[in-house]
Amino acid sequence: MVEPLLRARGVNKRFGGLQALADVGIAIDRGQVYGLIGPNGAGKTTFFNVLTGLTVPDAGEFELDGRRYWPKEAHRVAQLGIARTFQNIRLFPEMTALENVMVGRHARCRANALDAVLRTPRARAEEAAIRIDSLKLMQDIGIDRYAQHQARTLPYGDQRRLEIARALATEPKLLALDEPAAGMNATEKDGLRALLQRIRATGVTILLIEHDVKLVMGLCDRVTVLDYGKVIAEGSPYDVQRDAAVVEAYLGTPHPQAQPRRALA
Amino acid sequence: MPEAASARRPARAFAGAAAVAVALALLPILAGAMGDAWVRGLCFAALYVMLALGLNIVVGFAGLLDLGYIAFYAVGAYVYALLASPHLTEHFPALARAFPGGLHMPIWAVLPLGAGLAAAFGILLGAPVLKLRGDYLAIVTLGFGEIIRIFLNNLNAPLNFTNGPAGITLIEPVHIAGLDLSHSTTVLGLRVSSVLMYYYLLVALAVLAIVVCLRLQDSRLGRAWMAIREDEIAARTMGINVRNVKLLAFSLGASFGGIAGGMFAAFQGFVSPESFSLMESIIVLSMIVLGGLGHVPGVVLGAVMLAMLPEALRHTAVPVQQWLFGRVVIDAEVLRMLLYGLATVGIMLYRPRGLWPAPRHGVVAAVTPDRPAAAAGASHG
Amino acid sequence: MDTLLQQLLNGLVLGSLYALIALGYTMVYGVLNLINFAHGDVLMVGALAALSAIGYLHGAWPGLPGWSLLILGILAAIPVCVALSLLIERIAYRPLRHAPRLAPLITAIGVSILIQTFAMLVWGRNYLTFPQLLPEAPMHIGGATLTVTKAVVIVLAALIMAGLLWLVNRTRLGRAMRATAENPRVASLMGVSPDSVIAVTFAIGAALAAVAGVMIESTYSVAHFYMGFIPGLKAFTAAVLGGIGNIAGAMVGGIVLGLIESLGAGYIGDLTGGVFGSNYQDVFAFIVLCGVLILRPSGLLGERVADRA
Repeated sequence: MVEPLLRARGVNKRFGGLQALADVGIAIDRGQVYGLIGPNGAGKTTFFNVLTGLTVPDAGEFELDGRRYWPKEAHRVAQLGIARTFQNIRLFPEMTALENVMVGRHARCRANALDAVLRTPRARAEEAAIRIDSLKLMQDIGIDRYAQHQARTLPYGDQRRLEIARALATEPKLLALDEPAAGMNATEKDGLRALLQRIRATGVTILLIEHDVKLVMGLCDRVTVLDYGKVIAEGSPYDVQRDAAVVEAYLGTPHPQAQPRRALA
Repeated sequence: MPEAASARRPARAFAGAAAVAVALALLPILAGAMGDAWVRGLCFAALYVMLALGLNIVVGFAGLLDLGYIAFYAVGAYVYALLASPHLTEHFPALARAFPGGLHMPIWAVLPLGAGLAAAFGILLGAPVLKLRGDYLAIVTLGFGEIIRIFLNNLNAPLNFTNGPAGITLIEPVHIAGLDLSHSTTVLGLRVSSVLMYYYLLVALAVLAIVVCLRLQDSRLGRAWMAIREDEIAARTMGINVRNVKLLAFSLGASFGGIAGGMFAAFQGFVSPESFSLMESIIVLSMIVLGGLGHVPGVVLGAVMLAMLPEALRHTAVPVQQWLFGRVVIDAEVLRMLLYGLATVGIMLYRPRGLWPAPRHGVVAAVTPDRPAAAAGASHG
Repeated sequence: MDTLLQQLLNGLVLGSLYALIALGYTMVYGVLNLINFAHGDVLMVGALAALSAIGYLHGAWPGLPGWSLLILGILAAIPVCVALSLLIERIAYRPLRHAPRLAPLITAIGVSILIQTFAMLVWGRNYLTFPQLLPEAPMHIGGATLTVTKAVVIVLAALIMAGLLWLVNRTRLGRAMRATAENPRVASLMGVSPDSVIAVTFAIGAALAAVAGVMIESTYSVAHFYMGFIPGLKAFTAAVLGGIGNIAGAMVGGIVLGLIESLGAGYIGDLTGGVFGSNYQDVFAFIVLCGVLILRPSGLLGERVADRA
């Protein structure tokens, strides 16, 4: 049995009186596209924040590529190999799109202040490589025409792509996307689906928070469902869709005097 | 992309640089015709350029508002003053015995020492306060600057380190290649005054500072600073060790101050705590705000403007007022402060990006009505 | 060497003054998330205006008793401070309400410089003497001495703070202020005009600063254009110490800081064997500031700042 790429167990997080995450666990295999779904407020983004080191959990075990890690500092987690995007898009708005992607290369480069000031051959070579690699990444994703544009001037859908490009620039093992399709129309979602398939084909594992059921069903190999901070279902999208607990979480329990439900598609 | 641009047009860039060099070389000659005081003013302008560039690294590049920056200037100045004047040997017999000829550390040894100590102070100040939010950071750094000034004012008892409010005098001038810069010399039959020599030295240092800043800006580190300034949380998730990168900004900025401070001590020949008040920190801040925060050419412009204008005012305001009103209504000192206040407030209200901001890239995309304009916002916990 | 009681009384006087000034900082920060850097200078203008008023009144009616001159001085300072503070809010802060955080702070610094320049022009740069208005003979309390002026400071500050607490907790205006401090948008949905509340907040803070300014120059018998800076900075420290945005916190923070400073200045000579003397008094406030911000940034009583999410 091959080890999962990412394994988390027993993750707990309490904010004051609210138990945001209760004994949450996840196991993502290499090369999978893994979905994390659940009603609003279920704790999905909190879980992301914990995984990537932005929020320190109260308890939990975390393992990436066989290596245990404690998600205390976000930059360490990024260096280990988890990159993420944000629900509300967090680009560097005044920097150009290319510069945004170049920042993504930060973790994989070595040149320091002294190299920069002295313009050592190593620094120059690395700068050139950063620029070339970033442009190529943007080409692959289809946003290279915006290279010199300020990030905040990009159309919405392309901003999301830029955020993904920036995350990919860190050469992650796991790409964690927080609602990448939010605010997109049907055409853009198709484009996103195609993009994510291409990314998966390059060997990057993807963890996805998404509300769009069709997208999740079409893309994800496996899905975990959260509700009120607890895992209520886990399995293939087909199975999860029919799980009674999941239906209840999204739609609620039927009124005692209601008509019997028609079977779902 | 300045590098690519200059690669494409190397001849133009070289010609431009040469023209600037010639202008800078001739400027003091022209100014000197109006009197040595103007050349002195230019020397101080060069010092302010170095200070402004250093503060720009902290405030403009990394986005950390430091209101106590002048403390690093003070550290550099006092380090040089102590190591190149009779003060320590006069007050500490043990040192007088160890250095019978007196303490005469040469500039090339003291400047790095001053820079290093200032950088160390930068890290000392920065380490505990970096996690504070912007306005708190500003106040704490202000407090730090004041603490340094109070210590400089009072560390004259029981052991006389700093000589208190009287300051340290008889500081040695710079010696380069056997030349004593405090005495005029003759080159090719022409008399070159002391002030002129200091001018060339200080301008050379200022140009060096500019080059260093430009290189830092276009590097991995420069981008990391910008990223932190734009969105610290996103920067973290890109693998940027925010804490260390901020500390680097603090210490690099501080070292600029330290070097400028050492040169100031050598140039002026004496230092006292008066030169390192909060007002000085604010002056340097107003320079970079006026010129264009984060934009190196703008910062240089702001520094030169706010360094030279008070000089110009000093020479014109008094006679003009005498002529108009028969007496001086507003004296030059007050006018100077008025200028700084107006510059700061005016710029923030009417041209917040400064007189010469970085050119913006990109076209503004049309905002479609069914799509919320995306902006950097807080993610839900 | 002063007795412990003397130190405590001195600290109480100092602390009362800090508390009055701190309230201005804390209330403004509570509604605007802004450090009103110019607050100390507003205090200074009020103090100098009062001095001028007192000088004029004394010249015109030499028979007026000292205590009435003091009251009239305060009454003259209050509208000056309020007007100045409202002007600053309108011209410098309101246009920048949605600008990035540091812009109003930098503007405030510029405003502070401008006010100082204005004061230099009107009142000159020299130290001005404030006349002795209240009886000089000190009272003796258990081995310590307390001048009438200092006693007035303590009593006046206490009365004012009690009044403010009543205002904030028991009146409609106070409720509006608290609501705006917590969430300006929702408060406006309830019919509270945030602009009005903000103006009132500035006005109250300015009035308190006016009283503090007159009492400072009365206690130390001197006034000049830079007199607002250090007290302002220390009062801000006090506000942070108590919990920024928290009105009770500003009061507590002020008193505590005053006591720390007084006791520290009094005993530092002994504690350090003469190496550091009371001339390092100002450093205490800064050390407290750094300490609080680093170790317990929410302050003693917890901060109350507007929800900016």
